[in-house]
Amino acid sequence: MNAEPAQITYRQALNDTLRAELTRDPNVILLGEEIGKFEGSYKITAGLLKEFGPERVRDTPIAEEGFVGAAIGAAMLGLRPVVEIMTLNFSLIAIDQIVNHGAKIYGMFGGQTPVPVVIRFPGGGGQQLAATHSQNLEVWYAHVPGLKVIAPSTPADAKAMLTAAIRDDDPVIFLENLALYNTKGVVPDGEQVAEIGRAAVVREGTDLTVITYSRGTLIALEVARRFAEEGISLEVVDLRSLRPLDRATFCESVRRTSRAVVLEDDWLSYGIGAEISATLMECAFDYLDAPVRRVAAAEVPLPYAKPLELAALPDAEDLARVVREVLAATGFRS
Amino acid sequence: MSEEVQDARQLTDYYAQMVLIRRFELVADQMYKRARIGGYCHLNLGEEATVVGLMAALREQDYLFTTYRDHGYALARGMEPGRVMAELFGKSTGVAKGRGGSMHMFDAGLHMLGGYGIVGGQIPPATGAALALAYRTTAGPEAGAVLCQLGDGTTNIGAFHESLNLAAIWKLPIVYAIVNNRLGMGTAVEAASGEPDLYKRGASYRIPGERVDGNDPVAVRQGADAMLARAREERRPGLLELMSYRLKGHSVVDPAKYRSQSEVETAQAADPVPAFRARLLQADVLTEESARAIEDDAEEKVGAAVAFAENSPDPAPSELFDFAYAQDVPNAPRALPGDPLEVEL
Repeated sequence: MNAEPAQITYRQALNDTLRAELTRDPNVILLGEEIGKFEGSYKITAGLLKEFGPERVRDTPIAEEGFVGAAIGAAMLGLRPVVEIMTLNFSLIAIDQIVNHGAKIYGMFGGQTPVPVVIRFPGGGGQQLAATHSQNLEVWYAHVPGLKVIAPSTPADAKAMLTAAIRDDDPVIFLENLALYNTKGVVPDGEQVAEIGRAAVVREGTDLTVITYSRGTLIALEVARRFAEEGISLEVVDLRSLRPLDRATFCESVRRTSRAVVLEDDWLSYGIGAEISATLMECAFDYLDAPVRRVAAAEVPLPYAKPLELAALPDAEDLARVVREVLAATGFRS
Repeated sequence: MSEEVQDARQLTDYYAQMVLIRRFELVADQMYKRARIGGYCHLNLGEEATVVGLMAALREQDYLFTTYRDHGYALARGMEPGRVMAELFGKSTGVAKGRGGSMHMFDAGLHMLGGYGIVGGQIPPATGAALALAYRTTAGPEAGAVLCQLGDGTTNIGAFHESLNLAAIWKLPIVYAIVNNRLGMGTAVEAASGEPDLYKRGASYRIPGERVDGNDPVAVRQGADAMLARAREERRPGLLELMSYRLKGHSVVDPAKYRSQSEVETAQAADPVPAFRARLLQADVLTEESARAIEDDAEEKVGAAVAFAENSPDPAPSELFDFAYAQDVPNAPRALPGDPLEVEL
């Protein structure tokens, strides 16, 4: 009798991976606010201080620019620091170090010194944390050459992509999401190292492609299951890597399905969907049966009140409605 | 070798380095005005004694981070003048292969981990380099340390204070050396800093501070030696303030109209290069003849540096993406402006 494979949370997958990499490589150190004694604001680093000690799991003062920059400098001497920033919003305090330094040091100095640092933080709204604690500004980092920006959507990817990020020689922005930490999935045992820069078709389909990432992947899969009950076949592409962007995977998909909807957590204007749409104009124009549509966050500072928050954030209903509109516009019948 | 002879050699060497920097910077100024050098160009003119004194205190195992006013540090840390000039010329033989220019001298082998163009940008990474040293090595007289050079204006930025705090709580082997040339671009220290005695600004972090005469390379070296020794042996950070003055504008294109004629005249009278020359002549360390030989040698070296830079090849546009990433990954962009997207299907 085959037992169901055990499922673990996204949080546990991150915790297990940090432990495995700390064990494997003495150059790996963790830095961040409240990651040690407090065990992390979201408990990603639970137990690690006790296991590895304060030299390797280092609590920092509230000084994002200082400790992110320090991680960059330590990486220049060959350490592999993994920095936790409490949320994406606070990464803005460190953006000079990330964009003006971390992203530049290898190329600007003529390829002499790599900067193998990982900067982890969750994005995401929907927790009634109001405007300053709910932003999805991953596209700011995805815009910058010199950075790698990745966003796993499942516990298995969380493991394989964090392992890849820690072993990568470049600065990697590792985007998590508050809504994903408690989600569960099967995580293969043993060493798993993802290839940074690759998207994945996470559900195959024939009628329309939903292109998304991070939390959006879960929503898209849920919507795809609902449409399948009606005999409509959606393909779901999880971008996984926002920089570099794997254009070929979603171009190839849209050439087959002829219809595309982008689901993104960021604000609409100048967002990830804009980049995807522009790419599809070049790679799939002749294959498209309808204009590409985008489902993105309403362009307001996210309000606290639940009805307003719900109205502003893209959800499964929004995606399903837009999928139906695109199908209807092309006279699709299942 | 007697201590006196060794001292004489050392002092002669300091003078030679100061003269080389002076000559290099005067020629860089000319080359900028002849459009051989692009972008910004900030010169160490007037700061030669600070550069040479600091670099004399630094050992092979130590690491250096500086501001964008970095040509002198590159030379005194041991980079070939030709390769430094080639970097200014944007040539592929430059120390950063022409990718960085004047503000971004770098040599991993010499542990010169960069001139930094963003004010204060070097301070957190320098602090992190000290963290890496503390993590990997044990304290002792031969342990490595980090020297983080910065300007007076930088002491007002958050990165300075956050870094000093980290260095204090983590007990890091680092010395922050402020070259106080009295002006942050055109703004006087007194107008910009609530505590204009900058060496006192470590007090909030219990970091000991000291002010020394930045026109005297020996005083600078002694000040830096003491602080670096504490960093190596006790893992205590230090804050060293070097009183200096830049003889020209903030950058080559700045006529420096914000300072009075008398201020400039006073500074010129205290110019550290002729002052040190006179001192060594008086102490019989140098003779008029040996001083001239040093000056001729510097002129020759800088002339050769210009020739090397002139004759070096430009980087080829085909090399544009060579250092996009340290580790290749699929789908890294390679499009030039106007190119169609490369999507391999």
